[in-house]
Amino acid sequence: MDLSASFVVDRAGLDGLLGALEARGYRTIGPVVRDGAVVQQQVSSTDDLPQGWHDEQAPGHYRLHHDSDPSLFGWAVGPGSPKSEFYPARSLVWRATSTGDVVTLEQPREDSAPVALIGSRPCELAGMRVLDRVFAGGEVPDPGYRDRRESAFVVVAECGTPAATCFCTSMDTGPGVADGAEAGYDLALTELTSAGEPRYLVRIGSERGAEIAEEMGGSPCQPQDLAARNAVLEEAARRIDRKLDAANVRRLLAGNLGHPRWDDVASRCLACGNCTLVCPTCFCGGVTDTTTVDGGVERHRQWNSCFDLAHSLVHTGPVRATTWSRYRQWLTHKLSTWHDQFGMSGCVGCGRCITWCPVGIDITAEVAAIAASDGAVPVYIESGGDRS
Amino acid sequence: MTENIGELVAEHPLFSGLPVDIAELVGGCSQNVAIATGQLLLEEGEPARSLFLLRRGHVALEVHEPGRVPLVIDRIGPGQAVGWSWMFPPYRWHFDARALEPVGAISVDADCLRSKAEADPAFGYLLMKRLAAVMLDRLQATRIRLLDVYGRDVAH
Amino acid sequence: MCTDAMLLTEAEPLSNPLTPATYRVVDRRVETGDVVTLSLEPTSGPCPFAFKPGQFNMLTSFGVGEVAISISSAPGAPGPVEHTVRDVGAITHSLCAAAVGTVIGVRGPFGTDWGVDGLDDKDVVIVAGGIGLAPLRGAISYLVDKPGRSGRVYVLVGAREPDQITFPDDLKRWERDGAIVKVTVDVPDSRWWGAIGVVTTLLPTVDFDPARTVSLVCGPEIMMRFTVRGLVDLGVPLGAIRVSLERNMQCGIGWCGHCQLGPLLICRDGPVFDYSQALEELISERER
Repeated sequence: MDLSASFVVDRAGLDGLLGALEARGYRTIGPVVRDGAVVQQQVSSTDDLPQGWHDEQAPGHYRLHHDSDPSLFGWAVGPGSPKSEFYPARSLVWRATSTGDVVTLEQPREDSAPVALIGSRPCELAGMRVLDRVFAGGEVPDPGYRDRRESAFVVVAECGTPAATCFCTSMDTGPGVADGAEAGYDLALTELTSAGEPRYLVRIGSERGAEIAEEMGGSPCQPQDLAARNAVLEEAARRIDRKLDAANVRRLLAGNLGHPRWDDVASRCLACGNCTLVCPTCFCGGVTDTTTVDGGVERHRQWNSCFDLAHSLVHTGPVRATTWSRYRQWLTHKLSTWHDQFGMSGCVGCGRCITWCPVGIDITAEVAAIAASDGAVPVYIESGGDRS
Repeated sequence: MTENIGELVAEHPLFSGLPVDIAELVGGCSQNVAIATGQLLLEEGEPARSLFLLRRGHVALEVHEPGRVPLVIDRIGPGQAVGWSWMFPPYRWHFDARALEPVGAISVDADCLRSKAEADPAFGYLLMKRLAAVMLDRLQATRIRLLDVYGRDVAH
Repeated sequence: MCTDAMLLTEAEPLSNPLTPATYRVVDRRVETGDVVTLSLEPTSGPCPFAFKPGQFNMLTSFGVGEVAISISSAPGAPGPVEHTVRDVGAITHSLCAAAVGTVIGVRGPFGTDWGVDGLDDKDVVIVAGGIGLAPLRGAISYLVDKPGRSGRVYVLVGAREPDQITFPDDLKRWERDGAIVKVTVDVPDSRWWGAIGVVTTLLPTVDFDPARTVSLVCGPEIMMRFTVRGLVDLGVPLGAIRVSLERNMQCGIGWCGHCQLGPLLICRDGPVFDYSQALEELISERER
């Protein structure tokens, strides 16, 4: 690592960062505790951040605990993700008005302040890269998405306390982020809590980051700071015991579309769509046109879920009419056909779908079950049946 | 295991009343099978490898189309036979056949049956007569169904 | 003056790809009971619409919604761009009811096309079921009218009843101009003297050379599957057959995720596909 691109600050330095971002007109979004979860909200000082909060996650289970720990980032991930900032859950696309037989369309001006993200996780950064490919890397780029992403200042916080549902190590998306501009952040933080008050090893990932870094103060990075960072990341990786065979899953699911496990998971799945809401990469959306009281028309774009019965509606009815079909679609898309469509996996190993599934379906367990009987088909013909 | 299979073939209406050695001949190509509810005996487009003599349970002959529940063409039950596409090239199923309940059937291997018919024209003729009679019956019934006699408006 | 149809205001071009250009219905023709062809022209004045046969537009009925409709006119033909719509839901109902003068939103053209340019020396066997003739109409006119083609054009059409045969005048015109045209119905009436039976029954009655044939097939998916089987049984290689597929489509530009068929996005990788073993497996994958 290039020592000249990194330095160490204390909590005051982080407040300096937040102040610098505010002074430059950013709307800073960071983690806060609200309604029993760590959620994304506008923040202005480190007092807003979840000091002393820790999350406990398991399939269908999320709890926060608080103690006197001075750490700000002693938790893994909450239900929200940066997806909401760059691909809003609902947005106005255009408005049409008519006078006589002339119809005029106008697009709303996007004039909100650029966003600064504080404390995004490496898996969330990976999720942003996945959405970048979908919305900015295809034949038809989404100009709104692209503008919001390009103007966003990203401060990623490496993970020191992964949750039990995390599997970023399997997806090569965490618990740390690499050096340099390719990694996609402006600044990266690693919270070092080994002695007393936490200190933050800051790495610079862009010119924009370097410019703001000058207002954070701080001291040069020492070898022991690097060692402390390595220790944090190694310990985090060691604690992650949930695994997904990422190298094999694409072929595994594509080749097991008739596997009996799909019936099994369908008997548990409620098709509630929670997984698609919390997933940082689920991007399915739709448009609805509505009339307004003054006789105009508005087109809105909003998130859709492939678990909706209407998601696959053709004029005779839905193509995927059962939970069986829809669950299979979601998981095979996320882990298999996403590769065909976008050249990468759709999953970043954040574990949110496992935590926030009301019945605790664990995609890593589903994949493992299919792998354990790879190629199984429901018993079709067995000879020697009864002769009654 | 298969020593009773000839008797089972002889019991089935498609082959009943034929000499015992015919039933044995067919039995030599057969095995007793059980298919679970919801599974496909025939899958459209797949190689047609068997004639199924149904002994227990019903089967729906159907066609799948995205956005619709499978369109049922016919329902076939105990004492009837399922699957004709093994008779002529390209030996591919034209429709799906799905077990509506647990099905017990005799599965007669098509390659075996065809080669025995080729080798023994007398057997082949008997087999074809039985099969053709059932197919004619089904064709006539299907033609009447096409007329949609209940649905025709008078002033059409 | 023919302006870029996407430039709708003098102030700034509308940049969001979900924003349509405004077109006007300049002609409306009822084809059969529930099928209407709309001829559309930009509200800023006549302007040729560049597309390739097989592609589709997203048409907006303002206040109701937007739907994918195949372009049914011939490319390069002078005049407005035509869309043939079947009334099967709220949006298509509204489009079918649109009177001359109505403003309709247009985004497109999208998707892959029939590839009619490279077929000069091929016999082209076109098999259309029901409304499936609409996405093929432009392709057929192009092939029939193109000078210097050494291959023949065969147009095989299936409809449910004689009253539901779409574009009967075009069928006669194509036959006059050199295509071999055969029509069959499932259910005849007393006046029908033509063929009876599903469209696959026409295949053996047509004398084409499978080795130099390309087949374009469009209709309900069951019909396309059976037609492909029929063509393959007559010796046409799988890869020489092209089909047009349809799924729920909401954006046309690869953003919404609705039109997925396994690894494929119908709006971007289709709607026209070269048939293949892989495609057959996708189409055969039974949903529930």
